[in-house]
Amino acid sequence: MTNEIRSALAEFIAAEILNQPGRTINDEDKLISSGLIDSLSLVDIALFVEEQFDVIIDDTELNADTFDTLAELEAIIHSRQS
Amino acid sequence: MSSIFPDRLWQHTQNIPEQAAIHFLESGEDDLPISYQDLYLKASDFAQALRQGGIKPGEVVVLIINYRADLLYAFWGAILQGAIPSILPFLTEKLNPDRYLADLTSLIGVTRPSAIITYEDFRPIIKQAIQEGSSVRSVLYLEEIPRGENKLHPEYQGFDRAPDDIVLLQHSSGTTGLQKGVALSHQAVFNQIDALSEAIRLDLSRDVVVSWLPLYHDMGLIAGFILPILSGIPLVLMSPFDWVRAPHRLLQAVSDYQGTLSWLPNFAYNFCARKIRERHLEGTDLSSWRAVINCSEPVRWESHQAFYQKFSEYGLDKNALQTSYAMAENTFGVTQSDLDREPPIQCVDQDTFLEKGLIIPAKQDQPSLVMMSSGKTLSNTQIRVQDADGTLLPDNTIGEIALQSNCMLTEYFNREDATRESLQNGWFLTGDFGYLSEGEIYVTGRKKDLIIVGGKNIYPGDLEELLYEVPGVHPGRAVVFGLFNEKMGTEDVVVIAESDLENPQDRQDLADRIRAHITQNSPVSLRHVLVTGAGWIIKTSSGKTSRSANKERYLTEIGSP
Repeated sequence: MTNEIRSALAEFIAAEILNQPGRTINDEDKLISSGLIDSLSLVDIALFVEEQFDVIIDDTELNADTFDTLAELEAIIHSRQS
Repeated sequence: MSSIFPDRLWQHTQNIPEQAAIHFLESGEDDLPISYQDLYLKASDFAQALRQGGIKPGEVVVLIINYRADLLYAFWGAILQGAIPSILPFLTEKLNPDRYLADLTSLIGVTRPSAIITYEDFRPIIKQAIQEGSSVRSVLYLEEIPRGENKLHPEYQGFDRAPDDIVLLQHSSGTTGLQKGVALSHQAVFNQIDALSEAIRLDLSRDVVVSWLPLYHDMGLIAGFILPILSGIPLVLMSPFDWVRAPHRLLQAVSDYQGTLSWLPNFAYNFCARKIRERHLEGTDLSSWRAVINCSEPVRWESHQAFYQKFSEYGLDKNALQTSYAMAENTFGVTQSDLDREPPIQCVDQDTFLEKGLIIPAKQDQPSLVMMSSGKTLSNTQIRVQDADGTLLPDNTIGEIALQSNCMLTEYFNREDATRESLQNGWFLTGDFGYLSEGEIYVTGRKKDLIIVGGKNIYPGDLEELLYEVPGVHPGRAVVFGLFNEKMGTEDVVVIAESDLENPQDRQDLADRIRAHITQNSPVSLRHVLVTGAGWIIKTSSGKTSRSANKERYLTEIGSP
């Protein structure tokens, strides 16, 4: 389950945000603080998570303090699903 | 009518003291109404602190403050003291602090400010930026400024300023570093506001401006801050940082405060149309919004269509979608579309447009382009379209746009060279290409290679210089260009770098280093990075890299976004 969430997120970020389908994103790669995901794409992450996992990420949570890696985002999704 | 800022602000504190000048909206906080009296009193704290810091009228004060209410107070405080405020972009999480320091140091060298207002946290950076012999005599830390000790009175040195004195400096944010500071006089700003108010038929009894725009940019500073405050109409303000994470807050604010006027860069129309959820729009009523003015990026009819389709069911009037052509050097607006109708559209033949720079109607079964008008010139501004020799061109012929008005910049601050280059015989050469047709201006492009990403002006040459700092990227073996992204309504930045690395993983690692370096050292992020083998990049016979030829090749081989 966990791996499915992470790989779906990684696939989405690689294809839709970075325009590099097929590239790998490691669980601990910094996404926001590194600028890999630019601010204009943050809301895309929230939209994707809501559609795919039925979990709401509030706009006040779209920052590196709340999640900065796939692992951290996955943990939030997981905790809100259960 | 008085024509200096402090007089006008003082009048409002006397005539409409309790009226909200600003409703400041912050995510997760209650809306903060700031009355004219509050604004004046809180600005007085800064005026007093500057006076005590020995700052005299006519001296420049640099503001490095987050998009919070203090930024607004500090700006007006500097004005009350007669000093010249200049708002700088704040250091964001992604930016490399060393780069920010280098930019700030060079700005201080050129602009020679006398004071800086910022936070305690910035002390280490400021200490490094102020070198020996620096112009900066006073650094005011927000945490140390005494608050609430002043009474409402007009006894500040700013009241002695003359209409032709410089009131503010605007630093356009370039790719790397802070570029030329545009110096504007009180009179120029009032002339702009008068002409713009006439064009948009500003109604002091019911207009409400709603804005999320940054204040270091002319559109945000003039239309989204100074115009409403000096005019005495309410401003509903939120930070770009909040808006980009919750674009629906703009529409909610329009609905909550019966907003009537907003200015947006083109990408924001696409961004709102694509990224706002229906559940966030429940109960939203946009029927008060009488003008949503597209400005600061090439204006796209398709973006207006997408915006209208999404929001018409919430009461958006189709005629509300309007356009303008503007620049800091003319204080702000140059043209404005007629608010009574949709901006005119022209469907033009693509080949004649590209090859001859001429506008003729589209032919059946031939490639065409849709051009949307940016409107007619404001009543105080004249424009002409001219060729490289300065000869006036007829209608429907693309040339450089030059302008003349009574709201032009006084100068590029401490940059006589740049001022001389741009101002010729009283005309300001904009560097923009466009054509006139039936009295309306259509903007078609830029003289210099320029990429406009979400309203930010990016010079590809600057990004190429940054690329060469990345180990593994060699001078002359990388190219940067912009590619219009239909979905986003703005340009994407594309990087192509040749490398001797063969292994795909090594190439991806290099692409990642390129992304990280550009992100941390410039205001943009990259959407396309291609690391290729040697010989991909097309050069001209003289050995120069041709951006347009490489863009063609990229489009053919890789495809459009």
